Amino acid sequence: MTVDWGWFPDHVDDLTTLTFDHLSTAVPAVLFGLLIAVPLAVIAHRVRPLRGVLLGLSNVLFTIPSIAIFVLLLPITGLTRTTAITGLTIYTLTVLLRNTVEGLDSVPAKAREASTAMGARPLRTLLTVELPLAFPVIMAGVRVSSVMAISLVSVASYIGYGGLGQLFTDGFQRNYPTPVVAGVVLSLLLALVADAVLVAIQWLCTPWLRRRA
Amino acid sequence: MTICRQGKGKRMISFKHVSKHYPNGTTAVDDLSLELPEGDITVLVGSSGCGKTTTLRMVNRMVEPSSGTVSVGGRDILEADAAELRRGIGYVIQQAGLFPHRTILDNIATVPLLLGWGRRKARARAAELLELVGLPAGSGKRYPHQLSGGQQQRVGVARALAADPPVLLMDEPFGAVDPVVRTQLQNELLRLQSELRKTVVFVTHDIDEAVRLGDRIAIFRTGGHLVQCAPPAELLASPADDFVAGFLGAERGLKLLSLSTLAGLPQEPADDKGRWRLVTSGRGEPLGWRDTEGPDGDEAPLLPVRPLRDTDSLLSALDESLASPAGLVARVDADGVLTGVTGRDRIHEHAGRRHAEAGRTNASQAPDPDASVTA
Repeated sequence: MTVDWGWFPDHVDDLTTLTFDHLSTAVPAVLFGLLIAVPLAVIAHRVRPLRGVLLGLSNVLFTIPSIAIFVLLLPITGLTRTTAITGLTIYTLTVLLRNTVEGLDSVPAKAREASTAMGARPLRTLLTVELPLAFPVIMAGVRVSSVMAISLVSVASYIGYGGLGQLFTDGFQRNYPTPVVAGVVLSLLLALVADAVLVAIQWLCTPWLRRRA
Repeated sequence: MTICRQGKGKRMISFKHVSKHYPNGTTAVDDLSLELPEGDITVLVGSSGCGKTTTLRMVNRMVEPSSGTVSVGGRDILEADAAELRRGIGYVIQQAGLFPHRTILDNIATVPLLLGWGRRKARARAAELLELVGLPAGSGKRYPHQLSGGQQQRVGVARALAADPPVLLMDEPFGAVDPVVRTQLQNELLRLQSELRKTVVFVTHDIDEAVRLGDRIAIFRTGGHLVQCAPPAELLASPADDFVAGFLGAERGLKLLSLSTLAGLPQEPADDKGRWRLVTSGRGEPLGWRDTEGPDGDEAPLLPVRPLRDTDSLLSALDESLASPAGLVARVDADGVLTGVTGRDRIHEHAGRRHAEAGRTNASQAPDPDASVTA
């Protein structure tokens, strides 16, 4: 397999567009995933009987093959970016839901009790004590689901919103490896950069974990 | 049936026929009637599962009573909004229960912020409290895990006091620190209380802590029964039954002596007669005992002396009279200058009289119907 280096300078614009394309599917997927997972996790954490049901349901969704999800969504949302984002959101949900529930479980009972006993109402305790203390575990889930979303965007090239994945289709169809290599390398870089950004966000948001005893 | 004598002050917290039953059939508190006077430390004591913590937690509605009425400041707590009620009651828990993600200053500012004081005013108040509980100003910017257990517990007390609530609930606050730090924290609490005069409800399973801190002690028995509630001296002198006596332990006579001071105990001038002579410094501070009949005469090494002030306890006098070679206790004034000595026999006699008095005081008060609340 030989890489045609001359191909790159001619396709800088294409690669930039595809990278942004890639991100504009992956990032909303993770954000929507969080938006749905956090409230569901709070419910699963507070209402014991619902916990198993919600976690089980999200596991079932996770086992549906990715191509099948897009196929199932096509009649509803058609050949749009919405279909791509929706499909990925369903995948991020499993990881995010489980981690958020575990994060809430990890909050020290004494801290929760103290907050209530000081006179904070449940929503305030959730926002100012429970979620901040669960944040590191939730962020671990965000990191995993981000990397997963970035790698899964390529599958959406089946419906035309694959971002860098479009390069794979292109390369395979023309039996020309250079775009495939470019796509793989850029996807990897994207995943690494996204992970680094998330680690930095977590570091900035958890000053109490940075200080030594 | 539980009987509890009222204190001097007006009632701050009152329980009327309060019970707490759990759905699994256990009874945590059984028909409790108890009045807690304003400005006093009332210690709830008993072995685990006796309902003392449940009783404490019913005051700020962390536990809701199954039946009966709990009122704070004359108001039925069930009529108040739970969150607002809690903001007006200080709460200190075991191992401090600080928020690990907030700085010490922000931990202390919790209730002021909930009350809407604004960040600046809340932080200024928190800084005041940091000083009040004896922590360096620099510790305000640190996080709880950077402090020792004892320091965290001080922060817990500061956080509870931040909004200056009239009532303070303390649930085994000093249970998780070592004995030396615990004694320090107990002394600090007594110092704070002499300034602030809060109505304190203090839960512990340590009877010595209860005797040390309590203006009154309420002893609970498994099953949520209040057995006896009385000032420490009265409790030690005349326990209501064998359970209370057993809980107070075999040395309750000695514990009683720890509550009386030397004030009123006569002293004699230290003389130069006899075998043992008390050597003092130029300023009159006792330095030690010299054996005048020993082989070394005036060159003999001094045996240690522990001079006592009028504020020291009879128990320490008894202890010192045993340790002192002559059986004499050296008495000093507030400046540490020798005022006289008291002999072992006199201390023993005085101690016996105090013990008997404590018993009589109790017997003479018990039949007074106005002084009792009967359930």
